[in-house]
Amino acid sequence: MLDKLARARWAVLASALVCMVPAGAAAGAAERALANGLKIIVKEDHRSPVAVSMVWYRAGSMDEVSGTTGVAHVLEHMMFKGTQKVPRGEFSRIIARAGGRDNAFTSRDHTAFHQQLHKSKLALALELEADRMVNLQFSEEEFAREMKVIMEERRMRTDDDPHAQLSELMMATVYAVHPYRTPVIGWMNDLENMRLAEARDWYKTWYAPNNATLVVCGDVEAEDVFRLAEKFFGPIPARTLPQRQPQVEPPQRGVKRINVKAPAEQPYLLMAYQVPVLRDVDNDWEPYALSVLGGVLDGSPAARLPRELVKNSRIANSAGSSYDITNRGPGLFFLDGVPAEGRSAAEVETALRDQIRRLVEEGISEDELRRVKAQVIAAQVFAQDSVFYQAIRIGALDTVGLPHDSADRQVKKLQEVSAAQVREVARKYLVDDNLTVAVLDPQRLATGARPRPKAGNGRDQ
Amino acid sequence: MTNRPKVLARLLVLATLAYAVAAQATLPVQQWQTASGARVLFVETHDLPMLDVAVDFPAGTSRDTREKSGLAALTLRMLRLGVEGFDEDQIAERLADVGAEIGGRFDMDRAGYGLRTLSSARERDQAVAVLLRILQRPTFPQPIFEREKERVLAALKESDAKPETIADREFKRLLYADHPYSMRGSGEIDTVARLSGDDLVGFYRRHFSAREAVVSIIGDLGREQARAIAEQLTSGLKAAAPLPALPPVPRLAKEQTSRIAHPATQAHILIGQPGIKRLDPDYFPLWVGNYVLGGGGFSSRLNEEIRQKRGFAYSAYSYFNPLAQQGPFQIGLQTRKDQAEEALKVARDTLAKFVADGPTQQEFEAAKQNIVGGFPLRIDSNRKILEYLSLIGFYRLPLSYLEDFPARIDAVTLAAVKDAWRRRIDPARMVTVVVGASARP
Repeated sequence: MLDKLARARWAVLASALVCMVPAGAAAGAAERALANGLKIIVKEDHRSPVAVSMVWYRAGSMDEVSGTTGVAHVLEHMMFKGTQKVPRGEFSRIIARAGGRDNAFTSRDHTAFHQQLHKSKLALALELEADRMVNLQFSEEEFAREMKVIMEERRMRTDDDPHAQLSELMMATVYAVHPYRTPVIGWMNDLENMRLAEARDWYKTWYAPNNATLVVCGDVEAEDVFRLAEKFFGPIPARTLPQRQPQVEPPQRGVKRINVKAPAEQPYLLMAYQVPVLRDVDNDWEPYALSVLGGVLDGSPAARLPRELVKNSRIANSAGSSYDITNRGPGLFFLDGVPAEGRSAAEVETALRDQIRRLVEEGISEDELRRVKAQVIAAQVFAQDSVFYQAIRIGALDTVGLPHDSADRQVKKLQEVSAAQVREVARKYLVDDNLTVAVLDPQRLATGARPRPKAGNGRDQ
Repeated sequence: MTNRPKVLARLLVLATLAYAVAAQATLPVQQWQTASGARVLFVETHDLPMLDVAVDFPAGTSRDTREKSGLAALTLRMLRLGVEGFDEDQIAERLADVGAEIGGRFDMDRAGYGLRTLSSARERDQAVAVLLRILQRPTFPQPIFEREKERVLAALKESDAKPETIADREFKRLLYADHPYSMRGSGEIDTVARLSGDDLVGFYRRHFSAREAVVSIIGDLGREQARAIAEQLTSGLKAAAPLPALPPVPRLAKEQTSRIAHPATQAHILIGQPGIKRLDPDYFPLWVGNYVLGGGGFSSRLNEEIRQKRGFAYSAYSYFNPLAQQGPFQIGLQTRKDQAEEALKVARDTLAKFVADGPTQQEFEAAKQNIVGGFPLRIDSNRKILEYLSLIGFYRLPLSYLEDFPARIDAVTLAAVKDAWRRRIDPARMVTVVVGASARP
């Protein structure tokens, strides 16, 4: 897929594990900074003669201001529109001719651009990235066309997807102040009214070496990468970055609820509790306990939510939880579920709340704790199979301000979590005053619009 | 880590020298048969203390019958939900206790299970023992079968209202008519509702036999250990008569266009024909050509015409899905409803012009450079190599398939690309589906 938008998927159904596996094998990565502030992190992995190169900018939708939502992602698209040296479309063509793949993604926290190629072609990727860090061209015509593409992207990802609509509106409900309230893709009306000058301003504000990290993983020597980075990025001057407003969310004062009507067949329930995320790898303990809690609820098909709600009580056709331990902004612990036939979203909510109550009253068993920890250790090994994924984890950790080489320490801290701590974070954070509940109220299609695949139906030669 | 033998690196000697070099590298893929007749493909690599195993059978969608469409997928799903000695929770717990992951593998031809585990003895042995029971001793408990059927039916009801599902179904129906490839894996609401536990047991006995099994293994273990695991995993499988080959796919008799109304904001457009088999003499020239038409991401013609020049869609693509018989050739895009007909015309014109004239010399060379030069990226992880092992084993491709790959692409000529596309793709006889069409085109 082209410049895939790595929007956090709020309605994550399973795999709390993914959140629980911090950086895949970042141990042994080397780091250096250029005089202009560009940070470079290199993780050598000599299994295969490939290299992954990523430039991460610490500018995501959370840095946007009202009325121009989506501009971080718009700029991601504009970065493929060419420079004086490299005309529109040529960036990707050059990488492709070198046997490589390239793409980019935008999230609430960052915007990243990446290439995967044979190790001998790494210099090419760095040269091209350095060029578009400062020399991007902005044409009204290209901008207007790209905005149409982005609006199609929004229709595809959000407007025609009822669960995505629910998630979008839920975030706008959870946060009254913090910019996590706006969608990464932007509100449609902001996209319709976006001007070229706003994209250009964004570029001039945030695309600077002192707001970026270059991550390279693969069959490379760190010293060679540092040398190449100095050569291509070294001449780019640093810029004064604007002060980032903290925009701290005031305390929630009671449960919030929304009801969203959208074309769908089944109801869907999404619950979110405001919880902390990891800020201090060595001294925090609550985020680790929340991670383990996520594993107990939804770390395997035998975890509590699938077992109790889907299998035993048959209240839900699916049920899960998710928690992302690393964010630049505030954290959320999600629970979700699709009611079984004849059951309601309200019944699923009651069942999920019962599970929370049980956690608080009874805690978790040593077996459950041991199981989650075994999964964490194994997942840490599995994460090393993909060079690309290793680079993603390093970049993501660094962007949120955590040490990129703290993966092993995080695993160790997860191993230290006790059953009492898991119970304690459930008691402290999974309470109504921190809760937002969103319910999808399905608007079923008229039967006429649901053709069966039979010969002659709807045909038009 | 770097002192260990670098298997992935050895695999790549040929590829990295790309264009210029003759095939010299020896691919460290080992192949043998188990006593029960299963084919085994194995790559030994000790870089990471982990192991991947996949066991596949010819038990995908195409082995369903029309009356019992969805049986193959539901059978596979049920295998891990009850085995002799363990119920579904015990199965899940025994895997989670050692950090192992297991997952179903299912497509139009194949069905099976994949296992990823640490390679240390305790973890590995416990995980393999669970996989063994899933493959050899499933019990298909009736209450769980009823529950899973309910869940499948609910998911079908939801997805059948979505424009992308409606488009896919209609596309397959028009492309494949009565051929098994016209069915979808999930089955239909009325056919799934009719399935019984006996149907599942029967399907399992008929299709999950040792003789048809393909075992793919990569990771941190020696050949003797791999041999022992492959024997364990297949020795208790049932014997069954050989499965018949799938019927060939008839050519499309005529152009067909189907327009279906839908309230979504975007129209979903699919255009296509039955494409190619996995072992097809035109496989490589068609593939190189498709890179230029719609496979090459940002650089492709469809992307250029539909996205870059006109802003009609976020993505416009084309691909071949080569299968045992002719899998689909498909072009797809999504666009705002009121411009759907215009976008459709651009896609059709782009295809027609491509088939008539072929790629330019420059496009052709760029395609080859990307495919050959990008070969290392196709096999840069254990996971990716495992998928190639499974492919080679299942479709009985030459063991040197990976080794030969860059040279085969390099040998493709521009004339061969043009010729293959003209013979195989007929723009005047395409199937077109537009879901979310405006009332009057």
